[in-house]
Amino acid sequence: MAIPNQATDYDFPDERGHFGPYGGIFVAETLMRPLAELREAYEVFLKDPEFLAQLDSDLQHYVGRPSPLYFAERLTSHYGGAKIYLKREDLNHTGAHKINNTVGQILLAQRLGKRRVIAETGAGQHGVATATVAARMGLDCVIYMGAEDIQRQAINVYRMKLLGAQVVTVESGSRTLKDALNEALRDWVTNVENTFYIIGTVAGPHPYPALVRDLQAVIGRETREQILAAEHRLPDALVACVGGGSNAMGLFYPFIGDREVAMYGVEAAGEGINTRYHAASLCAGKVGVLHGQRSYLLENEHGQVIETHSISAGLDYPGVGPEHAWLKDSGRAQYVAMTDEEALEGFYSSTRKEGILPALESSHAIAYAGKLANKLGPNKIVVINLSGRGDKDVHTIAAREGIEV
Amino acid sequence: MFKELRGEQRAALIPYITAGDPQPAATVEIMRLMVEAGADAVELGVPFSDPMADGPVIQRASQRALTHGVSIGDVLAMVAKFRENQPDVPVILMGYLNPVEVMGYEIFAKRAAESGVDGVITVDMPPEEAADLSAALTTRGIDSIYLLAPTTDPDRVRMICDRASGFVYYVSLRGVTGAGHIDVAEVEDHVRDIKTQCALPVGVGFGIDSPPVAAEMSRFADAVIVGSAVVRCIEQADGDMQQIRQSLTDFIGSLREAIGKRPQPLAATP
Repeated sequence: MAIPNQATDYDFPDERGHFGPYGGIFVAETLMRPLAELREAYEVFLKDPEFLAQLDSDLQHYVGRPSPLYFAERLTSHYGGAKIYLKREDLNHTGAHKINNTVGQILLAQRLGKRRVIAETGAGQHGVATATVAARMGLDCVIYMGAEDIQRQAINVYRMKLLGAQVVTVESGSRTLKDALNEALRDWVTNVENTFYIIGTVAGPHPYPALVRDLQAVIGRETREQILAAEHRLPDALVACVGGGSNAMGLFYPFIGDREVAMYGVEAAGEGINTRYHAASLCAGKVGVLHGQRSYLLENEHGQVIETHSISAGLDYPGVGPEHAWLKDSGRAQYVAMTDEEALEGFYSSTRKEGILPALESSHAIAYAGKLANKLGPNKIVVINLSGRGDKDVHTIAAREGIEV
Repeated sequence: MFKELRGEQRAALIPYITAGDPQPAATVEIMRLMVEAGADAVELGVPFSDPMADGPVIQRASQRALTHGVSIGDVLAMVAKFRENQPDVPVILMGYLNPVEVMGYEIFAKRAAESGVDGVITVDMPPEEAADLSAALTTRGIDSIYLLAPTTDPDRVRMICDRASGFVYYVSLRGVTGAGHIDVAEVEDHVRDIKTQCALPVGVGFGIDSPPVAAEMSRFADAVIVGSAVVRCIEQADGDMQQIRQSLTDFIGSLREAIGKRPQPLAATP
């Protein structure tokens, strides 16, 4: 678990959770104590051999790790350039990378003696991953989900209910992920004594961005070993979609010190980055403070958070994890944005050429990686984080095709 | 701000409204009528798109204000207008950091001072992150008012009191504004503990929804802050200014009655 990072000059966050000017702790006073408790637990247990052994065992036997690194031969020839590998997080239990984080956080919840867990969810993948581990551990579970997302992710809503979770519909604000996060924070502040908040991405107040990154870094560590075994060298580029940014951070983190490996985070350009209908915080946002952290944010000139759009519910979020903001400013990672249309192209290409239905979130990464592979040309290697499977999106795709499923 | 607060016979009454609710033109009038009805100071909420610490009543007030496009600059202009014939009544802004962050700390502090703001509460900015903003405000004579919560341990209470000025704001329950589960005895214990460690006056707010609860709080608090219950009076009037005047005058008057009158009006320290 605690494999040291390759970078010697990269030691973020600082003790108060800052990644350069980003990150930090921006919450109401009531949450300062539970965050301090979580920080202590994070510092103790993520170095505790017994805890790490249990986590590794759960990742192997319950999640199904390691996930394969698959050479996508037909996708490679389709895009006509660099070799494309897919890191198959879609094959994890519950169908996405989200479970890597929830199996870890639920162990922390147990160690802290909390009987109740809460979470926010957008696409429903994190909600399902939380409801899953809560069922396994016998803890009460409440999931907050925007009314808009409940509609477009009906299957995941029902999965959560089957797993015994209470799903609370959030009707405030834009009725999507950001509002679900607000409501989860309101729950936490109210039930702070018995409740553990399982945040689903590398965002929020310290220590969440670091904690979730460390739990997701298993993706990058495996990828590193697997590509070395397959190609006897590191890849030229890593590509991952970025909403809050947890699957990207998990893939990138173990490669940060490998300067020859380029890293690309792909945001949702929705109907176009020059329209009002996108969710590209890093590409088109400004610095702001929301949900406990300072980072890039989609906001108007008065500091009000603006509504976002993406075909994929999981990227439909106006903020982004603070470490991505830092990687962008420092130039270590590049951030680009793909439109709904481009993402759909990625979705169909993966489906038809490889027989793999990717999540619409991951389809953004495929779309950009295709263009990148084509530009890089042969003899180069690109790894895409296929962060989740697309079963949950079948209704959205069908609706776009004018078909009722 | 409240030099004379502590040691007074009676607690100060501080009602909260969200600026721009139900419409921007109404705010200054509402502030004035609350003072006439017995408010000692006014807490003015800066509307924000994501009010994470607020319950449904103040969330809706924020949304109503934002449908009129009320910005932090507009809020400061309202304070300046209020100041035209209320030079002394303290005005405290309460809001979230991002609008201030986007305006810039220095510009905000300068404009807030020019408008006559006495204190600023930034709900989602704990003192650990507040050094720059606090310095900008202090330079211009504006108080940084911090929250203390039921979960704040004694060491932290001391640390926060050291950095606070004006008064400290004790959050009287675990929850959001307007929640309905206040425990008066627990609040009293906490406030009395805080007072042993803190020289500043202690205001109490969150969940104080009626004159009897306000009266209970006033036995041990230096100031009683009432938010959601006041905002509800505005909401229920559904835009009818005549009804807002009547219902706020009655409600603030009944709070004043319950808390008790102070011998002379409270004035902001220069």
